[in-house]
Amino acid sequence: MSLLRTVEIKESAPVARKRRGFLPFSGWHLLLMPTALLFALPLVQMILTSFMTDAEINSFPPHFIPTSINLSGYQGFLTESLAPRWLLNTVIVATISVTSHLILCSVAGYGYARLKFRGRNFGFFAIVATIMIPTQLLMIPTYVMFSKIGVVDTLAAAFIPWLTSAFGIFLMRQFFLSLPKELEEAGHIDGLSTFGVFRRIVLPLAKPALATLAVFTLLNSWNDLIWPLTAISNQDNFTIQVGLTTFQGMRRTQWSVLMAGNVVATLPLIVGFLMAQKQFVATMTFSGLKG
Amino acid sequence: MTIEIGTASAFRPVATDDATRRRQVRGARLRRDVVGWSFVGVSTFVVIGLSIFPAGWAFFISRKKWNLLSPPKDIGWKNYQTMMNDPDVWNAVRNTLFFTAVFVPISILLGMLIANALNQRIRFVGFYRTAIFIPFVASAAATGILAGFVFEPNYGSANDILRRLGIPPQPFLESPTQAMLVIVLIALWGQVGFTVVVYLAAMQDIPQDVVEAAIVDGANRRQIFRYVTIPALAPVTVFTAIWQTITALQLFDLVYTTTRGGPLNSTATLVYYVYKVAFQESRFGYGAAVSYGLFAITMLVTLFMVWYSRRTKIQAF
Repeated sequence: MSLLRTVEIKESAPVARKRRGFLPFSGWHLLLMPTALLFALPLVQMILTSFMTDAEINSFPPHFIPTSINLSGYQGFLTESLAPRWLLNTVIVATISVTSHLILCSVAGYGYARLKFRGRNFGFFAIVATIMIPTQLLMIPTYVMFSKIGVVDTLAAAFIPWLTSAFGIFLMRQFFLSLPKELEEAGHIDGLSTFGVFRRIVLPLAKPALATLAVFTLLNSWNDLIWPLTAISNQDNFTIQVGLTTFQGMRRTQWSVLMAGNVVATLPLIVGFLMAQKQFVATMTFSGLKG
Repeated sequence: MTIEIGTASAFRPVATDDATRRRQVRGARLRRDVVGWSFVGVSTFVVIGLSIFPAGWAFFISRKKWNLLSPPKDIGWKNYQTMMNDPDVWNAVRNTLFFTAVFVPISILLGMLIANALNQRIRFVGFYRTAIFIPFVASAAATGILAGFVFEPNYGSANDILRRLGIPPQPFLESPTQAMLVIVLIALWGQVGFTVVVYLAAMQDIPQDVVEAAIVDGANRRQIFRYVTIPALAPVTVFTAIWQTITALQLFDLVYTTTRGGPLNSTATLVYYVYKVAFQESRFGYGAAVSYGLFAITMLVTLFMVWYSRRTKIQAF
């Protein structure tokens, strides 16, 4: 529990709290205001540009705000490419990845945290060891393996690498280790099976950890580029990220269409971020602090 | 008869008791193993099957000449010899190390600085925080395309701003000398939110009594930052540095979506080169050898950083 509680960003600075009210102007604004604008404005510009016509984008000097709302970029992206299909593919990949991650990682995390069985230390050591193996080393053999079992060029190639992960198992194990054992013992005394204890007692307590894991998997599976790029060449099975980069290769200078595509590809996660900012931040912190 | 049964039954319980107990113990152990592996089995199998197994297999592939169409040909260490003499590999090594050496320190310094600013009791902190974190959520593909637009030499906003400031427009991603620096900027834009979050969480974990003690001793804000905050953050700094270094050495997505290694190979990183060799030129054996080379570099750099932090007595591991 404490492990996850530490990663929440507290709402206000821990400096002795005075009454809320007038705060004197602080020099920190001189640093933070330009920084914040530098980070936010490109995204604002992306959204604004997606509503411009190409003629307006190419005019000189450049406009920032569109003179009128024009949907030709979106129309172009959604009709001239297989974008709706790519979006659906990405939603499928993300849904399978998140669901599978939640189930497999929590079950395995609990097994490694609480159950005693032969081969446990070996299994856990093997999983921790994989954290050190970089993705790029796996690119080629995985592609070869996928082509042998016939998943190359299918949607499965995009989600198989995200079915479960060492990071997720590790995260869940750490969380389960921090729960008090007494609850589970009471469950056993009441006649629940091991799975019953997990399902009825432990899992309901694991919501914060599961939410962290869900955000982690959503971000990674939605934004993944290198896996689907190498393993899928059939346009019908592209994810939105692969589709977008391929489309970029063909429409180098048609910025209205490309910016519309960018908005389509990023908006779901940006909206999710704005709605569940705390959860995203907790996930980022956890992956940073505990690896 | 009855006596016989009686003796038999009188005799048996002792024997069966022992045997059943042994059987029961064995049965219980077996059941425990079955339950245990039914929890961890699938995940463990998938994780090993998708990382330890392929990582080992990559080594066998790296000793072959193979385009996946014709049968692989065993050529021993030849791929590794070729790699050592391949100017493109050394160019990629240089580009990758350059990116890492510029990106990692700046991302850490900016992360620490911005987190410290966000940790003050000032207005609009929520707005600042959201603005700085959002780019982290955007995919590398979208970030790369957006960067291509912002840094477009003719009508991109970057040159528009330079023009307004009276600075001559720059070629940015189209210049061999500037492209990698622009990619560093783009990577910082996307990643600084991450280091900020990590530092912010770590700063909020610094015990307040230490800060208060420093104030009592007459330390000013800058001294507190220098002598209390930075040392308290040392373990996080080591961890973040290693994490960012490993990520930086694997740079691929941004290069792929902005310059595709150009202009004049000035942004071809090692992972990009592996991708090109294996997936565009179908030289899978050679690609596997180069990816092992990159793995070796990653290990060396990581071990050096761990060794260095141990030597300076920072407790990070």
